[in-house]
Amino acid sequence: MTTVTIPTIISHDIDTRSHDADGTPRQMGFFTDTSICIGCKACEVACKESNQVPDDGLHWTGESYDNTSAIGCNSWRHVAFIEQTKPVQVPDEQGSGALRWLMASDVCKHCSNAACLDVCPTGALTRTEFGTVVVQEDVCNGCGYCVPACPFGVLDKREEDGRVWKCTLCYDRLKDDMEPACAQACPTKSIQFGELKQLRVIADERVRRLQSRGEEQAQLYLSDSTDGVGGGHAFFLLLDRPEVFGLPPDPVVTTRGLKTIWTSAGGAALTAVAAVALAYLRGRA
Amino acid sequence: MVPPATPASYYGRPVIKRPVWKWEIGAYFYTGGLAGGSMLLAAAARRQGRDTVARRALLTALAGVSVSPVLLIRDLGMPRRFYNMLRVFKVTSPMSVGTWILSGAGGFTGIAAACDVLGIMPRARDGAEVAAAALGAPLATYTAALLADTSVPVWRDAAVELPLVFAGTALATAGAASMVLNDPADSATARALAAGGALASVVGVQVMEQRLGDLAAPYHEEPWGLAAKVLNGAGAALTMLGGRRRALAVAGGAAILAGGAFERWSIFKAGVPSASDPDYTVAPQRERLEHFVGHRQAEELAPGGVS
Repeated sequence: MTTVTIPTIISHDIDTRSHDADGTPRQMGFFTDTSICIGCKACEVACKESNQVPDDGLHWTGESYDNTSAIGCNSWRHVAFIEQTKPVQVPDEQGSGALRWLMASDVCKHCSNAACLDVCPTGALTRTEFGTVVVQEDVCNGCGYCVPACPFGVLDKREEDGRVWKCTLCYDRLKDDMEPACAQACPTKSIQFGELKQLRVIADERVRRLQSRGEEQAQLYLSDSTDGVGGGHAFFLLLDRPEVFGLPPDPVVTTRGLKTIWTSAGGAALTAVAAVALAYLRGRA
Repeated sequence: MVPPATPASYYGRPVIKRPVWKWEIGAYFYTGGLAGGSMLLAAAARRQGRDTVARRALLTALAGVSVSPVLLIRDLGMPRRFYNMLRVFKVTSPMSVGTWILSGAGGFTGIAAACDVLGIMPRARDGAEVAAAALGAPLATYTAALLADTSVPVWRDAAVELPLVFAGTALATAGAASMVLNDPADSATARALAAGGALASVVGVQVMEQRLGDLAAPYHEEPWGLAAKVLNGAGAALTMLGGRRRALAVAGGAAILAGGAFERWSIFKAGVPSASDPDYTVAPQRERLEHFVGHRQAEELAPGGVS
């Protein structure tokens, strides 16, 4: 009998418990390594099952194997399929012109500086003890402000019940030290769940290895806590530029401009008062 | 590597979600602005001793702040939960701040109008009127902050100009309404506000479009913006040249009232095409990144530069 050695891609044991031994919650997150995604959509299915996300119909798009199209109120994981005519990194019998097929499972980024949370006027959007961002469905009144505020187009209003819905990073499961459904279902460990600190170390190592093997475009996305959203609790390893996957290349939380926004609005209000004062002088009896 | 001329996208799908606000929100931008401007005008007219002008401005403001919450609540996905807005106050959320501005301005306007119409408690009336005027100005401009605090490129990148445009249309429509309702002999202040506000909003929009550059394209997809400019320009001209004659004052006032509506509607509507095309979102971000990388490379190459 021949022994087949499968090269290990994941060499780390990731601790998926969301609490320390003394019960202190940890900062948890997803590292989605898209270089090993096989596009099986098990994450999409597991998410729907576990979170009882409603069916939203089957629409044939003709866009590779993607019939989900985008993250939305009823799709909290979305696997993107990108067909490229780029040289692949494996021996290619047909020579050049081979098809490179990129697959990537997208999800809410659970931004460290979250626009949705900042603009929510009811406090329905909150940050959990695990550093993730959730919508409290019993508070949300469907004002829709978070929808255009999100730099990633994640938040979406469900017309049937009028509220917004998104990935909770399986808040219910995390409370019981369980792994989120998508990560548990992922057969290649493309979706890795664990403590953010540890995930970032693993991701750094992985991207360096890919780059040294000639994957020049391999890059981490939202792994840096100094970026425009303070880094994501869900971050990614991509094999091409973010916009290829429908992701903004340099997202910035809307409230970063808050000082300018309020100064301008306040200045305009004072200008209006001054204008009325001038007009008052004109019209004195 | 030279970035491609057309930014890459995922099957041309939007990067951000389109605003889901329905027509009620666009209409509220108008009623809120008209009410805010009228609160300011009422206080000014009262100081001038023009009590009829002040009363009509108060009633205009009252109409505006009465319709506004109805529009806002109708647009909610769960209207019966509107009161959840009143459980928090957040400066990071212009909608939260605006909820309190509208509540306060509405309350004071109601008190002032009630005292005025019933002819009771003149000092309470005057106090409430001044308080309403103080809140009327931010009521007219916070909606611009609300739009700027989103990821929609055409709003977000116009954070400086939008409030000035909104202030302009608020004063213009309040002045115009007063011109239509009052005798020209009493309307010098209203005329100045109507014409000045209308022209300010036209100039403001022009500057905004200039500065937005390619991002301003959604403004030209529908005729609202152009209609607003024409109506505001014509209305201001009529007001300045013939506003002392009743018929021309009514015509000029009507043009400015319509111009203000179209102006706010065009800004409201531009959000959807701006959010729908991924290029508007991706291109400026990509440019920013390339610029940043270029800077860093130049620094590294420079002798004695940071490495």
